[in-house]
Amino acid sequence: MTSLESPAAPPQSSAIAIEKPGLLSRLVGRLRGHPFAAANLLLLPTMAWLVLFLMLPLLVILVYSFGSRGTYGDVVLGFSFANYVKAFSPLWLPTILRSFGFAALATILCLAMGYPLAYFIALHGGRKKSVYLILVMLPFWTSYLIRTYSWIVILRSQGVVNTVLQSLHIIDDPLNILNTPYSVILGLTYGFLPFMTLPLYASLERLDKSLIEASWDLGANRFWTLLKVTIPLSLPGIIAGTLLTFIPAVGDFVTPDLLGGPDTQMIGNVIQSQFLSARDWSYGSALSFSLMAILLVSIYLYVRRMGSEDLV
Amino acid sequence: MKKIDRELRVMLLDGLGGPMSRRGFIKRAGAAGLLLGASGFFAACGGGDETGTTAAGDSTVSTAEELSKELFFYNWSDYIAEDTLPNFEKEYGVKVVYDNYSSNDTLLAKLQSGATGYDIIVPTDYMVTTMLGLDMLLPLDLDNIPNLVNLYPRFREAPFDPGNKYTVPWQWGTTGIGYNSETVPDFKPSWDMLWDENYKGKITMLTEIRDVFAVALIKLGYSPNTRDTKEIEEAKQLLIQQKPLLKHYTSDTYIDELASNDTWLAHGYSGDVFQAQLENEVVLYSVPEEGAITWLDSMAIPKGAPHKYTAEFFMNYIHQPEVAAAITNYVYYASPNEKAEEFIDPEILSDPQIYPPQEVMDKLAWIEELGKDTELYNQAYAELKAA
Amino acid sequence: MRRALSRKPRDQRTKAKGLRLFVAGVYGFLFAPIVVLVLFSFNDSKRNATWQGFTLRWYNELFHDGPVLDALFLTLKIAVLATILATIFGALGAYALTRYKFRGSGLYNGAIYVPLVIPEIVFAVALLSGFNAAGIIPSFKTIIIAHVAFMLSFVIVVVRSRMAGFDRTLEEAAMDLGANEIQTFVYVTLPFMMPGILAGSLLAFVLSFDDFVITFFNSGVGNTTLPLKVYSMVKFGVTPEINAISVFMLLVSSLLLLATYKLQGGPPTITVRAPGEE
Repeated sequence: MTSLESPAAPPQSSAIAIEKPGLLSRLVGRLRGHPFAAANLLLLPTMAWLVLFLMLPLLVILVYSFGSRGTYGDVVLGFSFANYVKAFSPLWLPTILRSFGFAALATILCLAMGYPLAYFIALHGGRKKSVYLILVMLPFWTSYLIRTYSWIVILRSQGVVNTVLQSLHIIDDPLNILNTPYSVILGLTYGFLPFMTLPLYASLERLDKSLIEASWDLGANRFWTLLKVTIPLSLPGIIAGTLLTFIPAVGDFVTPDLLGGPDTQMIGNVIQSQFLSARDWSYGSALSFSLMAILLVSIYLYVRRMGSEDLV
Repeated sequence: MKKIDRELRVMLLDGLGGPMSRRGFIKRAGAAGLLLGASGFFAACGGGDETGTTAAGDSTVSTAEELSKELFFYNWSDYIAEDTLPNFEKEYGVKVVYDNYSSNDTLLAKLQSGATGYDIIVPTDYMVTTMLGLDMLLPLDLDNIPNLVNLYPRFREAPFDPGNKYTVPWQWGTTGIGYNSETVPDFKPSWDMLWDENYKGKITMLTEIRDVFAVALIKLGYSPNTRDTKEIEEAKQLLIQQKPLLKHYTSDTYIDELASNDTWLAHGYSGDVFQAQLENEVVLYSVPEEGAITWLDSMAIPKGAPHKYTAEFFMNYIHQPEVAAAITNYVYYASPNEKAEEFIDPEILSDPQIYPPQEVMDKLAWIEELGKDTELYNQAYAELKAA
Repeated sequence: MRRALSRKPRDQRTKAKGLRLFVAGVYGFLFAPIVVLVLFSFNDSKRNATWQGFTLRWYNELFHDGPVLDALFLTLKIAVLATILATIFGALGAYALTRYKFRGSGLYNGAIYVPLVIPEIVFAVALLSGFNAAGIIPSFKTIIIAHVAFMLSFVIVVVRSRMAGFDRTLEEAAMDLGANEIQTFVYVTLPFMMPGILAGSLLAFVLSFDDFVITFFNSGVGNTTLPLKVYSMVKFGVTPEINAISVFMLLVSSLLLLATYKLQGGPPTITVRAPGEE
């Protein structure tokens, strides 16, 4: 029912019936030249949602973070920076370093696996593209807990990996993989692989194949084509993918909980434990806001650095 | 037959609830019809029509009418016999909406951040103190729960709620050591086993702060509820010493790990270890001689509960000896109901792991809520985990 | 030119061979735990610990377990509704953020990363406190609201990575040819965004379908979703019945996938094997 009037055509009488597309296009027409208003209109539902159901509730938590723990784990409101001072105590330094280290390693592994995967789907997927894509997601249509328990079955001392390696006489004694940093990094990598792959796919899919062909025609080999053409063109996807992987991975607590050992505590576990077992919501809130601040600054620096690099 | 009578009564009273608007009438008749469908008994009698006609008449309110149509029950999962709720529903025509949670901490956090609308929750002993401290529970009308007399006296005078003013006990157990009798042939009932270098990498500890510290404190000969910073510090050092020997801290995966011989010595809850035992008979449970923690989960009514009377009525129903016994026979945790003994599987009743002998009972201690001093433990635990 | 043309196809083929092998490996990694999960759903033991023999009883129990099936359907309902909302809002938002450069867009950009940065538990508790302050009792609706709130950012980030560097001349060309803004959006911009929208909505769906923490805190009486059900069973370990649900889910989604594909008129050579069909 979209009317085919050209923007130049004289406005038709609107007295008869206000058709939705007509109304909409007039609205759009009026917004032309007012990018701020247009953008705000389109962003309205998203921003309303984020303000009402994210920012406002977070304000509550922000207020908590300046309070203290009551006798029974309730929040006593107040205005003190004690929790922030505690949050930046050297006690948590190893934990924070570990969280960032694990998340960084997992992100690199995800990129190493996700990029070829996304590249293959986007450029060699042909008509099966969406099938390949959904196959990436299929394992995640099961419960997280179940998948993790499956990993435990695979990794434990009498698990699949050790049984196979032992029966092939590659190793004599079972490898200790489970409940070590290795199993945590593996779990994080597994859990966030789709978060890396999907934005990469979305970005690579738009890649103009003729550019790659042109690069070949100009005599560049595969390596240089990848380095100078493909990767720079998919940079937005790489940025989005690394952010979507790294950020949630830093704050993860279930993976170190289930796959980790006594020495794999991450900052997410600390926050979780302040809200649940220790029931010190004020301290937990202060820790969260500190983590948020650190991450937002890192994101800002990262995006700026990546974004300012020469595209192509 | 008794059952049918009850249903009929509930249904009729439901329909006869006094003068009503048309809408009210339809709603009630509809509910009666639903009931009919559920029981299936009356379809043949043509009772539905009769209800419809009698419902138009006037009648005075009766006590049974105070039972609500629904009851919102929030409990640990797999913590009830399969037929407990269906029986109750059938008998009284109350639909029980049954949701589950998996830890005291998440239950409290949820209640603490807002109203939930549940009628009955089942917190553990120390959590009851916490919830009372936060003014979250409604006092019970004990006249509605006469079956409390069926309980063992010690559960009527539990330190966290003497006289059952707020809670009605559900099930209880102990926190001890689950071990593999094949791979740990030299097992002795002592907490020292969890510090045995020979089993490095095969030991797990729970994640609950107070439970973990209780082990170290008991091993050191202190009270698990101490407020003495020196004693807590000593316990922390002992636990840091233990850390390299541990596979990990876990409150859930150790069941599977015991069953699959991956963990040989686990600090854990009695019932959990029995779960592992069902799969792997070499897994045994032991309450260490130095003493251990005992716990009791109790039903309570949170503030804002919409169906208080029905909740109390349900609590009373649970403590009919047969009903209480059926739950224990199904979940393998001990019942606080003394009168239930005659209906409990003798094998369970004589199992010292479930019903410990008196000399063990004497060494069991509760975990008490310490109010402000909880922070001592929180800080020590944070240091332990970060160490 | 001639030389280049003759070289290209061979080159591409050999390259694809190595790539194919690697990609097969990645898929192997993705499906390794799924294979184990499927196997153990036939295990004649209440635990996922040791292999005790073949049985179908978990599937039988699953199909007679009303609460678990209810939980499954509730979870699907929430995931579908929340995904639709988040995808529409998120796509519009991503479009606006890339299409228009305006004062304050930096603020919006920052706001979008907030849900990714805060730990789930904090968001969950904050939201429930907020609902409570506003006098809203948790229910089915609050779950949807909560899910949309954290899914939006993921959708926006993914769609935007697609939109970055979008060739505006395409839009201008369409306008020059007489299309109005809406037509241009529907026929030019939207098709271009589609892969990003698909990828974003898939991610959002999975996030919703598997969410535990936020759902737990913001659900009302009777709103037991599958993850809630599964996590509540943790105290007693994971039973193979949950594996059976997962296999059932995988089977249904594979079949749906196949059906959609057939409907779209995919080539007959396409084979999507449902687990176990092999």
